[in-house]
Amino acid sequence: MVSLNVNNKLIEVDVDPNTPLLWVLRDHLDLVGTKYGCGVAQCGACVVHLDGEAARSCVTKVKRAEGKKIVTIEGLAENNDHPIQQAWMEVDVPQCGYCHSGQIMSAAVLLRENPNPSDEDIDISMSGNICRCGTYSRIRKAIHLAAEINKSNS
Amino acid sequence: MKNRKQLLHLHKNRKFAGVLFILTIVAVSMGMTGKQFSKAEYVKIPQQENDSLASVQAFKKVYEVLMHPRCMNCHPAGDIPLQGDDSHVHSMKPRRGKDGKGLYAMKCANCHQNTNTPGKHAPPGNPEWHLPPADMKMVFQGRSASELAKQLVDKSKNGNKSIEDLIEHAEDTLVKAGWNPAEGLSLPPYSHEEWKEAWLTWLENGAYAPADSE
Repeated sequence: MVSLNVNNKLIEVDVDPNTPLLWVLRDHLDLVGTKYGCGVAQCGACVVHLDGEAARSCVTKVKRAEGKKIVTIEGLAENNDHPIQQAWMEVDVPQCGYCHSGQIMSAAVLLRENPNPSDEDIDISMSGNICRCGTYSRIRKAIHLAAEINKSNS
Repeated sequence: MKNRKQLLHLHKNRKFAGVLFILTIVAVSMGMTGKQFSKAEYVKIPQQENDSLASVQAFKKVYEVLMHPRCMNCHPAGDIPLQGDDSHVHSMKPRRGKDGKGLYAMKCANCHQNTNTPGKHAPPGNPEWHLPPADMKMVFQGRSASELAKQLVDKSKNGNKSIEDLIEHAEDTLVKAGWNPAEGLSLPPYSHEEWKEAWLTWLENGAYAPADSE
């Protein structure tokens, strides 16, 4: 049995401690917003927050997440209205949308650590999140907008 | 018939032999009774002299290992680590960051777990996975043997490590991770034990740098 804190809920799951966190989230907890892309930490579709860091859940064994705070796209904001989500909708960023929960989770870490990122900062932070539809220019625009929303909220 | 002078000489020789005999008996009996000299009477043997030839010779082996991709890939000349046996720039171009642990959503530990992830092209792992920090980059890439040897013992460039610290560093978990490559990656040319022996020989014999031409 593995004890987890997922989106501020304490949960016990009967899984092998070596199971990737991604499969625990999707198959055992029905949190399917986090996506499977490559399975080897190369694409970023599976990014969740592990104690605030943008961990790739496809290669993170669930035992590593014990005692840490896990936040998935479902838990980023109560009403899906995190400034980044607002900006994503405003700019209409996704095309197919498959990679965007990972994109948003990575962008959230960037803005927490750098509230006013330059284009270069965005490129550095987001270079591990691949979008096969090529929405990169809209991702960049939405991150700038989210930074503005954060500023106007504070 | 012996004259007086010859008799006197004979007498002296016998007297000397007698004294020698008594001294020998005393010495042997002291040994047999186990009488030992106290510690204070031992003469301290001076420390081993530095051996520049042995030191430089050992560094050749050290250098071969440090320039192998398993070591050099995390000691790049730039701020992006290298990857693979051909030491290409790391895909996704993760940056060093101030503490050497990455930047923003691209921190080393986001992908690199505590242990190697199984499968080809999957991230190698170690709990301490990181680059040297931004204020102490400890670059190996592009350094000659002479340059690297001097850099390794320069406290202003080695993380303020003394020779003792450097000796201890041979057992560092991230140093040893070089001999635990992910699937499909090559091992350094010598075992960790062989490398450590060369590392210690180099350091303990004076940490001499090879000549620039070597």
